[in-house]
Amino acid sequence: MTDTVQRSAATGEPMIRLEGLTKRFPGQAEPAVDALDLEVPRGEIVILVGPSGCGKTTTMRLINRLIEPTSGRIVIDGEDVTKVDPDNLRRRIGYVIQQVGLFPHMTVADNIATVPRLLKWKEERIRARVDELLDLVGLDPSAYRHRYPKQLSGGQRQRAGVARALSADPPVMLMDEPFGAIDPITRERLQNEFLRLQQEIRKTIVFVTHDIDEAIKMGDRIAILRQGSRVAQYDTPEHILSAPADDFVADFIGAGASLKRLNLTRVHDVELAQWPTATSDTARDEILATLQSSDKGAVLILDAQRRPLRWVAARDIQRTDRPLMETGLVAEAVVEAHATLNDALNEMLRSNYGVAIVVDSSGAYQGAVDFGTVSGAVQELRRAARAAARAPVSGGASTGETVR
Amino acid sequence: MSLGEYLVKNWDRLLELTVEHAVIVLIALAIATVVGVTVGIATYRTQRPSKIALAVAGIFLTIPSFALFGLLIAPLGLGAKPAIVALVLYALLPILRNTIAGLRAVDPAVVESAQGMGMGRWQRLVRIELPLAWPIVITGVRVSAMITVGIAAIAAVINGPGLGKDIFRALARVGTPTAVSQALSATLGIIAIGILLDVGFLLLGKLTTSRGIRD
Repeated sequence: MTDTVQRSAATGEPMIRLEGLTKRFPGQAEPAVDALDLEVPRGEIVILVGPSGCGKTTTMRLINRLIEPTSGRIVIDGEDVTKVDPDNLRRRIGYVIQQVGLFPHMTVADNIATVPRLLKWKEERIRARVDELLDLVGLDPSAYRHRYPKQLSGGQRQRAGVARALSADPPVMLMDEPFGAIDPITRERLQNEFLRLQQEIRKTIVFVTHDIDEAIKMGDRIAILRQGSRVAQYDTPEHILSAPADDFVADFIGAGASLKRLNLTRVHDVELAQWPTATSDTARDEILATLQSSDKGAVLILDAQRRPLRWVAARDIQRTDRPLMETGLVAEAVVEAHATLNDALNEMLRSNYGVAIVVDSSGAYQGAVDFGTVSGAVQELRRAARAAARAPVSGGASTGETVR
Repeated sequence: MSLGEYLVKNWDRLLELTVEHAVIVLIALAIATVVGVTVGIATYRTQRPSKIALAVAGIFLTIPSFALFGLLIAPLGLGAKPAIVALVLYALLPILRNTIAGLRAVDPAVVESAQGMGMGRWQRLVRIELPLAWPIVITGVRVSAMITVGIAAIAAVINGPGLGKDIFRALARVGTPTAVSQALSATLGIIAIGILLDVGFLLLGKLTTSRGIRD
């Protein structure tokens, strides 16, 4: 996540610009979307988040004109698309909805081929594109090409839906709660996969969700909306967490903003705690000496490849009736360096010593995350975010869009 | 004369009448399918017009067949033409009702994603909505086939073609040696057509429905 967030804000013309966009539904006193101005920079994921009924989905559907605006302008890639043919416009915008909406009577390949066929691509090119996209979203083409949607799991359907939205390589994607109907474990995996995918494809994405945690995880920027799609705050997740613009935003973020921020930080971004270590063939008195010279309560025993084996405390080392490797506690709670601090905290809380062991990709010991590490990181984040929030504000869209 | 002897002696005539009977039923079903599906497409998105269309088709079905055939003599005369028109009117309700129900049963999320991908109204209808509604539509055609196969026999009162001819002839000669066999053989022919059409439409439905939505 940090990689995407630290990516510099796009320069020049934003990919999507909404100007005074308004939608009034007949028979309703208040407009559903009230004079919204919003700019979506190129290659970023912008999350529209807010309580139900705030107009976030309406706003998204105004962009591809599934709902026609009452007034205002939609500018995509410098072109005013408020009046162009809506079907042509939509073929240039990927669209993913919560229910996915795969065509049940068509195979996965035919589903993905929909827009290319509308655009009259040659069949050969379409076939190649379908296989390329299936690979991209992690579905083996030879196994899934000819399957029907009912033969897929929920997660696979979602992947096929993303592949379908990407079929004609649109610069812009609209995603309406794309992971909302999926079980939490699969959702987590799909979110991570999608972020990895976005690193490659760098689409400009407008993403609607009601889940602030998803917004923080997925967004390069978040627009928190209140009734009438009015922007309460439009900023990076870090700034929104550390400097909510008002009580509405603070309430919406809810308690535990600091905890949420842990999702933004990777283990390799923080300074790891160092615990005393020894290899399994070290003599007991030497291990004891190592332990006594540190301020910690246990020594981590590593194997020859420096992979963690066991935690041993002073009394374990002194028990000579058993081999050292049968005393102490198995070294559990291991995380890799690219895990989020939140993952590390979870592991830490499960472990016996309140320590998450950090390893590199080969499994060798790198350091540890303990309470000191986490609280240090939280303070550091808060300090950095406050400093950034005080930085000059650009004249662009909405509240508090900060140039970094 | 026993039924067996009668059948042996008259099978070529019976076969001819059976084919006639099946043909007017199939023509009527084809017309009713075109009309019913068209009216269904035109009305399924609105409440009032679809209700009116269904009510009208429902009224047709309640008119006694004798009366309807009689009423059509004035504008259309005698023979196959008024017979087919009457059968179309009877076949309309199940096809229309199932078309409306089938199109309304299509998952709105599927239609929305089709629209969101840039399919126009017509493309959505032809490529998404109708194929998805098709199994329900063809079930309606099957029901209509059952209704019209029986009613087609009455078409003989206005000189219409089909097995009804033999039934009415037998009725006019009740008490003669062949009357019962004649009526019975015609009735069996109608039942045979009914079964063939039922199985035929069932198979047609299976063959024309995508594997992705077959259960």
